Amino acid sequence: MPIKIAVCVKRTPASTSVAIDAAGKVQTKGLPHGINPFDEYAVEEALRLKEKLGGTVTVVSAGEAEAEEVIRAAIALGCDDGVLLSDPAFAGSDGSVTASVLAAALRKAEAKLVLFGKETTDGASGQMPAFTAAWLDWPSVIGVRKVAAASEGELTVERLMEDGVDTLTLSLPAVVGVIKEINEPRLPSLKGKMAAKKAPVTKWTAADLGLDAAKLGAAGSPTEVVGLEPVPARPAGLVIAGATPEEKAKALVEKLKEAKFI
Amino acid sequence: MDYQLTETQQEIVNIARELGEKKIKPVREHYDETEKFPWDVVEDIRKADLFGVYLPEAYGGLGGGNFELVIAAEQLARSCGGIALSALTSSLCALPILLYGSPDQRKKYLTGLATGEKLGAFCITEPASGSDATSMRARAVLDGDHWVLNGIKNFCSGGEVASTYVVFFSTNPARGNRGISAFIIEKGTPGFSFGKKEKKMGIRCNPTYELVFKDCRIPKENLLYKEGHGLFVAQGTFDLSRPGVGAQALGIAQGALDETLAYTRQRRQFGVPVSSFQAMQHMIADCATAIEASRALLYSVTRAMDRDLGPATEKAIKEGITVADAMKALGAKRWTKESAMVKVLCSDTAMKVTTDCVQMCGGIGYMRDFPVEKFMRDAKITQIYEGTNQVQRNEIGMAIIKEAAAGAVREAVAA
Amino acid sequence: MANTGSGVWVVAETRRGKLLPTAFELVTAAKSIASQRGETVTAVVLGAAEGAEGLASAGAAKVLLLEGLGEFADDACAAAIAAAAKAGAPRTILLSSGVFGRSVAPRLAVALNSGLGSDAVALELDAEKRLVVKRAAYAGNVTQKVLVKSQSGPELATVRPMAYPRSAVNGSHGTVEKVQGDVSAAKGRTRYASFAADASPELDIGAAEKIVSGGRGLGDPKGFELIRALAQAMGAAVGASRAAVDSGWIPYKHQVGITGRSVRPRLYMACGISGQIQHMGGMKSSDVIVAINTDADCPMMKAANYAVQGDLYKVIPALIDAIKQARG
Repeated sequence: MPIKIAVCVKRTPASTSVAIDAAGKVQTKGLPHGINPFDEYAVEEALRLKEKLGGTVTVVSAGEAEAEEVIRAAIALGCDDGVLLSDPAFAGSDGSVTASVLAAALRKAEAKLVLFGKETTDGASGQMPAFTAAWLDWPSVIGVRKVAAASEGELTVERLMEDGVDTLTLSLPAVVGVIKEINEPRLPSLKGKMAAKKAPVTKWTAADLGLDAAKLGAAGSPTEVVGLEPVPARPAGLVIAGATPEEKAKALVEKLKEAKFI
Repeated sequence: MDYQLTETQQEIVNIARELGEKKIKPVREHYDETEKFPWDVVEDIRKADLFGVYLPEAYGGLGGGNFELVIAAEQLARSCGGIALSALTSSLCALPILLYGSPDQRKKYLTGLATGEKLGAFCITEPASGSDATSMRARAVLDGDHWVLNGIKNFCSGGEVASTYVVFFSTNPARGNRGISAFIIEKGTPGFSFGKKEKKMGIRCNPTYELVFKDCRIPKENLLYKEGHGLFVAQGTFDLSRPGVGAQALGIAQGALDETLAYTRQRRQFGVPVSSFQAMQHMIADCATAIEASRALLYSVTRAMDRDLGPATEKAIKEGITVADAMKALGAKRWTKESAMVKVLCSDTAMKVTTDCVQMCGGIGYMRDFPVEKFMRDAKITQIYEGTNQVQRNEIGMAIIKEAAAGAVREAVAA
Repeated sequence: MANTGSGVWVVAETRRGKLLPTAFELVTAAKSIASQRGETVTAVVLGAAEGAEGLASAGAAKVLLLEGLGEFADDACAAAIAAAAKAGAPRTILLSSGVFGRSVAPRLAVALNSGLGSDAVALELDAEKRLVVKRAAYAGNVTQKVLVKSQSGPELATVRPMAYPRSAVNGSHGTVEKVQGDVSAAKGRTRYASFAADASPELDIGAAEKIVSGGRGLGDPKGFELIRALAQAMGAAVGASRAAVDSGWIPYKHQVGITGRSVRPRLYMACGISGQIQHMGGMKSSDVIVAINTDADCPMMKAANYAVQGDLYKVIPALIDAIKQARG
């Protein structure tokens, strides 16, 4: 049975080596950007589910106008259409508030199954799937390494835990966060890329989603970044001396003993 | 350097580059080592729609020309010159069919080659017939509605893995040059088998096979173009295909320099990155300059070719004639000289640059677990196949002397 | 509406009737906050678990056993904790930031109208004694301080495993209380079907004090036999770089780094790992790093407290011998 799938993606800097400016903000302007690498697995899984169940995949991204690039990049892989959530009122929103915006859009787009990547390479909180599910009041599961069964009504997944693998069945609608192990993302095709340039990307603002501006942005967020500093490089360590591997091994073991690791 | 690519051309570059980074780089060492054909990467190239960028839309291609082919090949070769060849050998089969095939042949064979569903190969060489194609011994004899093929061809790039082959046979040994004809042969035809697989210095993932024909009967209509015009077909093909070798060479050079830059910036000696030494910087500058000059020639020549090839292809499809005849009708010039110049410059650049890159990387550069030595091995073939660079220089020299002679005649008349 | 709650709660994760040791790390983290505010620590244990009472003698003034939860389902766990928090009104709730914390904490935050600071490597209080979460972003290249603003609900944070030492038994005697978990808000939409334990019960890299990792420099999958031998000699968990995992030498669950898991052991031994930025981002906050590599100039050797230049196939066997000798 066909199913309306959505996949949430973020445009992130291609490099994590970022500078912090005089105002104490991370400087990402001018850096090359692309789709958050973890989101590629979510896009791939969405496409595989669509191929299996029929239906459509809508790409959803919240961000500035440039986020349209990554929406089109996902469409080039086979997604059907996209929604860009952009409004100055969204700027400075924390994870919870951004998720509330995504949730409103997903509801409006009538998505029944929503996929996320593990985390983003910038913020790396990994909490967007559960936040979005909470705002939608849908069940959710993250750490998914395999979709074992899927139908219009429910989804059975394998979740990678620290000590093994859980198998869970969720009734739809639901939110699923996937990990890298789940698949190998496809690459775009030339025809897909050319088609993506013409594909429909809808833009929704806070007003389109019926959101209260007071609950958005930095002011509406329950957390605030109050400090930002670069992490200093680790100071140079000790090069273990020795003429032979045995001498070096002995010298290292001495050090590890001093530190009580042995 | 901004070569003012169209949006589509830029996408070809982006896609081929991404494919190279993500799908080719991780496996290139494996396929070089094992000498196995990279079917999984071929599948990726197929899915990316890169096989048919230069073929007409009527046959499932993108509708681009030689320029589209070379920019795709360059980016693939930047990650691995051997794996890139799996797409290029197919083009060496598709080009003669595009240029000299009848409308029926174009439709029948180009469609599979454009999608990459089928791979193609081209073979003219024989044990005793290399640069001198006229000493060809393999024979094709007409027997009713069939040609009967006998003989051995060798050094067939993409042999065994390809489905469609363009192969040259002597149909009339008495006529020498004018007694050679080109044929389209499909794998699986009784009497057509594969002999020895060569062990090569570079491009090791691409199989090079001996083709063995023993009373192999193919339908009469598999003759490509006219009987006795085989050498003409081969030369016309090489005029357009040599830039493909140039692109492969250029990609190899660029890829080697990419790796070398990354290494020399990170490798420290005497407390500083080795890239900060002027001796190193001069070598880097020479490599980069040679690469850019080669690219500029490759791009401008293929763009000029496409200004002829595009309208001729359109005319040929509309009028049901061969593209070669359409080119003649449109008064298109032959590209022998420029195409040879592209191949000579790009392949000599590749050999020089990859050798220098191994040198710049020092001891590690010579080791097989670091990629630059493979680039050097892969580069060498580009100076040899599709006509050695010495043969190319003969062509260039002869063409220039002819042009000068023609110019001298005109001057005399003007005086 | 301001946060009127009091006390610091820690959510103690359980798996199949066993308490996870991260609970004791959370107690340490909670005490650091609670002591500054003159508050007490409550440990909320999900289900009756072996060893849960131990929390009461390791610093928790109260242990609240939420019963009837079954195995871990995001919405049921969040619903039960939210219901208990509404009744108990803590000022702060801490969870561990593994799969569980990432699954449950955001749902809890929405249910309780709370702010959530995630993946803390340290917790602080600002001048108004509000919670500030110190966390890593941009692959560990940037440290962020995130203020969790008091709204009507408690302030929430997830804490990275190994960020705090485990609270030891200290002779304190907290109370233990059992409460039936209220999972009605979850509406039974998630069904837990089964669990498959890892084939070889190895130490989990997320909770390990020591990790021995292998990378591309091993050359082939057999190299992990050597890595496992060293790990065994050290009593360490086995980690791997992305290159080793992508080559199919070892399963993904061992992958350390941004694309695998971020770890913070006391000792990290990187063998044949050059130190790509994605790998470093997942382990560079380890207390002590040892690198064994042929290339003295690679980033891992530069970042290491102890750098051993040499062929790991020669150094590691010598190391195993030396460890055995040292242990007598």
